[in-house]
Amino acid sequence: MGMTMSQKILAKKAGLDHVVPGQLINADVDLVLGNDITTPVAIDEFEKYGFDSVCGKEKIAIVLDHFAPNKDIKAAALSKRCREFAGKYELKHFYDVGTMGIEHALLPEQGMVAPGELVVGADSHTCTYGALGAFSTGFGSTDMAAAMATGRIWFKVPSAIRFELAGKPSKWVGGKDVILHIIGMIGVDGARYQSMEFGGSGLVNLTIDDRLTMANMAIEAGAKNGIFEVDEVTLAYEKGRVDRPFQVYAPDADAEYERIISIDLSEIRPTVAFPHLPENTRTIDRVGEVSIDQVVIGSCTNGRLSDLRIAAALLEGRKIVPGVRCIVFPGTQQIYLDAMKAGYLETFIKAGCAVSTPTCGPCLGGHMGILAEGERCVATTNRNFVGRMGHVKSEVYLASPAVAAASALAGKIANPEAFEMRKD
Amino acid sequence: MTVMGKAHKYGDHIDTDVIIPARCLNISDRKELATHCMEDIDKTFVERVKPGDMIVGGLNFGCGSSREHAPMVIKENGVSCVIAKTFARIFYRNAINIGLPIFECEEAGGAIENGDSVSVDFETGVITNHTKQETYQAMAMPGFIKEIIADNGLLNAIKRKMNS
Repeated sequence: MGMTMSQKILAKKAGLDHVVPGQLINADVDLVLGNDITTPVAIDEFEKYGFDSVCGKEKIAIVLDHFAPNKDIKAAALSKRCREFAGKYELKHFYDVGTMGIEHALLPEQGMVAPGELVVGADSHTCTYGALGAFSTGFGSTDMAAAMATGRIWFKVPSAIRFELAGKPSKWVGGKDVILHIIGMIGVDGARYQSMEFGGSGLVNLTIDDRLTMANMAIEAGAKNGIFEVDEVTLAYEKGRVDRPFQVYAPDADAEYERIISIDLSEIRPTVAFPHLPENTRTIDRVGEVSIDQVVIGSCTNGRLSDLRIAAALLEGRKIVPGVRCIVFPGTQQIYLDAMKAGYLETFIKAGCAVSTPTCGPCLGGHMGILAEGERCVATTNRNFVGRMGHVKSEVYLASPAVAAASALAGKIANPEAFEMRKD
Repeated sequence: MTVMGKAHKYGDHIDTDVIIPARCLNISDRKELATHCMEDIDKTFVERVKPGDMIVGGLNFGCGSSREHAPMVIKENGVSCVIAKTFARIFYRNAINIGLPIFECEEAGGAIENGDSVSVDFETGVITNHTKQETYQAMAMPGFIKEIIADNGLLNAIKRKMNS
């Protein structure tokens, strides 16, 4: 039986010729990631069990992004603990306020993930890096402690769902719409424990940012990981970012999949996930009248330059509706700078938006835009469970940057097709 | 080992944000953190739960974030185990890693009701509903995972192997 991309990477990292779904393995990891919320718990466990050395100074990345810049005294103590640990073990990849970005926007940008690598992180959206043809998955703080200490971690080999992509997305449709469409179709546990593997003739029509957005939300379908075949687009992205040798894996022609799902990208409409599950999707044509109080443009899902570009193109020369708060979160310092140079930040501010330093902020109900009782937010984030962004009686509608910007202009969930882009 | 307690029943897709809201994740003290368990869907849980009790869920229990705080606060409240029709994978993993026993059982997750008196045999995975006079068989855990639970967590298991 042939292997899927994910199975091939796991086999290689476990030192095996072949693995099958359900098999339990121990695999070497290339990178271990943690943030300011999950790392302190990992450090506690690491120290409690008497570990006093790490698997490699360059194999661990700690990014302070959730409650940073610190939202209160307790959050400051958590960041301090991370800082001290990183200093003690001389970790190369420690990102503090001023250099940090939202972790899953930062790592690809910095060339920290290459095709064929195995990346694990104490954050559920670690699956993002599968966009680059790596096996990448989220786990917990105890796992992080174990991986930091030993450089290895246990896995159960997943079976897979293959998504055969064809066609080209239409003007206002991007990776966010595609993945919301998929989650709406298969459900929040539709890929539970499985790999979501993406390929096909339409792959070339998805940018790297589209793929990062899609892989980011694999967890929202319950998947263990999402992974994209590696093509010229991937290689062009990695050129200049990654200078170490890497291995490109393609799925075997006789790899087995539990399901093969064909996706015609040209048929996908702008899509919105209504409260309170990412699977509760509707196309933009069926949203009805939903007035809103807040818009969030950013996050590890959609905080990249292309996301800001599309939002800026809609907001250029226009003003958002009074009474709607629109907060923009560039994902990293580099994205912030590039957006500044391109004039996007000026566009946002003149339109009446607030522009923030990179942070996860309101996505998980942390800070920088929490919702009051009865408030509604259109967000380019990845989850809309009860109480996710604030009060238990607030609502989050997940959408693309295009829909989010259009909604800020309309004061309700709106179709970007109704607006003309002022600038290409 | 067999545990006995009352079932606290919840529905499908109980996510980690309702098990422990993100706004609480700056709390380091486990006891304080545990007082917020389930508060966004059931403020009375922490008052009603007694050591040995079980949480029973439907599909996809523990979906959402990877926060280990979720199984941690459940365990800290004295819950002996979690029974659900199916589990989300990161929660499942985290529960095993911290030594919180979990039992995946479609039948039990459906049939057990809130307040039922339940016992679970950890060795066999047989779940007995004393209120309804029914038994259910949970899925067997692979040996590797049973070892981690028997060692009361992943790091104990790693240390034990390192020392032997």
